[in-house]
Amino acid sequence: MLEFTPDQQMIREEAQRFLREQSSSEAIRRVVDTGASHDAVLWNSISRELGWCAMAIPEEFGGLGLGATEVAILMELTGARLACVPFWSTVCLAAPLLQSAGSEEAKVRYLGAIAAGEMAVTVAYADLSVADPAATVAVKAIRAGGGYRLAGKVAQVIDFEVADVVLVPAGLEDGTTALFALTRDSGQVVTPLKVLDATRSVAALELTLEVSAESRIDDAGVSAEQFQRALTFANLGLAAEQLGAAQGALDVTLAYIAERVQFGRTIASFQAIKHRCAKLVVDVAETRSLVFGAAQGVGTSGAVESALEIAGARVLASDLQFRAAEEAIQLHGGVGFTWEYDPHLYFKRAQASAALLGAREAQLDRIAASVFADGGLK
Amino acid sequence: MSELNAFRTEVREWMAGHLTGKFAALKYRGGSGEGDALPELRKEWERELAAGRWTCPGWPAEHGGRGLSVAEQVAFQEEYSRAGGPGRMGHIGEGLMGPTLIAFGTEEQKKRFLPGIRSGTEFWAQGYSEPSAGSDFGNIKTRAKLDPETGDWIVSGQKVWTSLAHLSDWIFVVARCEEGSVGRNGLIFLLMPLDQPGVDIHPIKQIGGGAEFNSVFFDDARAKADDVLGQPGDGWKIAMALLGFERGISTLGQQMSFQQELDLIVEVSKENGSDRSPAIRQRVAYAWTGLRAMRYLAMRVLSDDQSAETRREALTYKYQWSNWHRDLGRLAMDVLKMDANIVADDPRRERLQQMFLFARADTIYGGTNEIQLNIIAEQGLGMPREPRGKL
Repeated sequence: MLEFTPDQQMIREEAQRFLREQSSSEAIRRVVDTGASHDAVLWNSISRELGWCAMAIPEEFGGLGLGATEVAILMELTGARLACVPFWSTVCLAAPLLQSAGSEEAKVRYLGAIAAGEMAVTVAYADLSVADPAATVAVKAIRAGGGYRLAGKVAQVIDFEVADVVLVPAGLEDGTTALFALTRDSGQVVTPLKVLDATRSVAALELTLEVSAESRIDDAGVSAEQFQRALTFANLGLAAEQLGAAQGALDVTLAYIAERVQFGRTIASFQAIKHRCAKLVVDVAETRSLVFGAAQGVGTSGAVESALEIAGARVLASDLQFRAAEEAIQLHGGVGFTWEYDPHLYFKRAQASAALLGAREAQLDRIAASVFADGGLK
Repeated sequence: MSELNAFRTEVREWMAGHLTGKFAALKYRGGSGEGDALPELRKEWERELAAGRWTCPGWPAEHGGRGLSVAEQVAFQEEYSRAGGPGRMGHIGEGLMGPTLIAFGTEEQKKRFLPGIRSGTEFWAQGYSEPSAGSDFGNIKTRAKLDPETGDWIVSGQKVWTSLAHLSDWIFVVARCEEGSVGRNGLIFLLMPLDQPGVDIHPIKQIGGGAEFNSVFFDDARAKADDVLGQPGDGWKIAMALLGFERGISTLGQQMSFQQELDLIVEVSKENGSDRSPAIRQRVAYAWTGLRAMRYLAMRVLSDDQSAETRREALTYKYQWSNWHRDLGRLAMDVLKMDANIVADDPRRERLQQMFLFARADTIYGGTNEIQLNIIAEQGLGMPREPRGKL
């Protein structure tokens, strides 16, 4: 059967209460309206005081050694409050890549710092819009002297402005892929981009520099399989976040329609409106079940199947998040179209998130390949 | 876990040893749209199951069940379906009437009725819906009048959509026993033999050509004084409790038959080349995704988690599976292309066609889509109740 343990339930309740207070509509707007890269106060609390970044990092590297379910719980809740923090990039994108592809030394160093809440890390994948963003080479690495010469451009790096370290997959001359870790002062050019979804910053990366051999943090090249293992986790986190954002949009909407009176009744009393909200609950239930059902299988013997379920969860979550956000605008009526009310924040996040790591067609293709393979997928 | 695996093996081996010989003809039969297929052989199968103590395995041991845990019941359902176990003729008795008798029946009633259900010798039908009272359950018009001489109840009225009434021995009937009562008040829950004067059963030929539903007419038919469940006036309470039993373990078994249908769609598409269509492949993948989600939703609902969130999301289960299944029917026909329109002897095609047609009923019976959404909005989200009209 499938349920949260008492510990997981506790993590969930406390995180929910914390975020409701600390990532309020006002707090989000302080970031959005000032064009800040993130909410520094909130990030400090999450990473250093609450230790959320330590959650899924193994104990040997200073983490709590918990699993995918705990991370999914926190991702869902940060999504619900559109928390403007580099949590997904650090915990779901970078940390799993360090874990699957990093050398022992790199793990000790970077995972330890992430677990301690001292470091935000992101990954400069060549193209974050595809299901296999490591398949394309945007940065080339040529051995030079004792180190490497890196050259290339990456169009979009999530949370780059906030990150203390950026992980850069780079193609070597022999066709293999290496992984470099660059600190802020490594000499890369960071160009902040103006984003539609201002709750999550994006910047462009430009590299023409020489780095020491120590900057390379993989052992002997990173395999496609190692990238995929990390990306499975990134997809799970994203699906959970999208689910949460859908729930957040629905919550905002339910609160509004319960107050809004037309024709002498709250509009929440009209069946046309009730049914639309109820349908969202159906999809939330479906998506939440798949997200947490799939999370259980991460890192177990059923991991392959779990990865496909996560692909499915991304499809459901992307559909749901967009629909919840567009319904939020519609059901708010005229004010739903204004800057002053929150629906547009959810709407823009929905669009931006759906485009990450393979849109629904790509995820469905992955599933179909297995379902139609000989022997099939049951 | 290994104990559960051992149990699964036990079920699998039993099914392999018994769903064979003459019973092999029953494999995968009696599902969506053909609930009335091969009735005599399926009744015999129920007795075969009973002999293996596989009827009512979830009932407490004191009532002749095995008292299986939820996980074991789920495992049983899954292995039963995986083996191609036919649709259960005894479902209403085992899943609905039995638990209701155990909860509300007198000792004597339990002694009289439970053994027949358990042994696969007495079959039950459900007399709830009426032409003017589907989801509007409080609008029940069938009347029960007390015969002062015998204490029996004399029943007149009409029930409709009564699954397998023409193949059943008994029916439970909710009727109005207080003159002038309205809504939920004044209802009685009666157990009635179908084979008696004053009961007329008319099969309703349905969209797929079969007839598992019936209209049942009562014209001064009789329910014995001893065959009232609970007290006169308790009808609503008992009926609602019974509906609660309906949502349960069998959902995961149902999903196995959905999986079989999906497998069949994949198989057919590979044979006729539909699998080369990217759109078809995506729809199949989407159906797979929905089925996996459904599985985890069922597992959440069956777990001990009693949070408000889980209770709310449990309300969505019926809406989700029925709409998913309806879409699957459409997908099956799109995969068959023009062959979808040809009624042929191919059992796989027949199964998909019946599924396609019957799935139209999935979003109507047991509370229509519209009623389900009202329930989710009102009970799940606490939104204002629909105003009730007075006509």
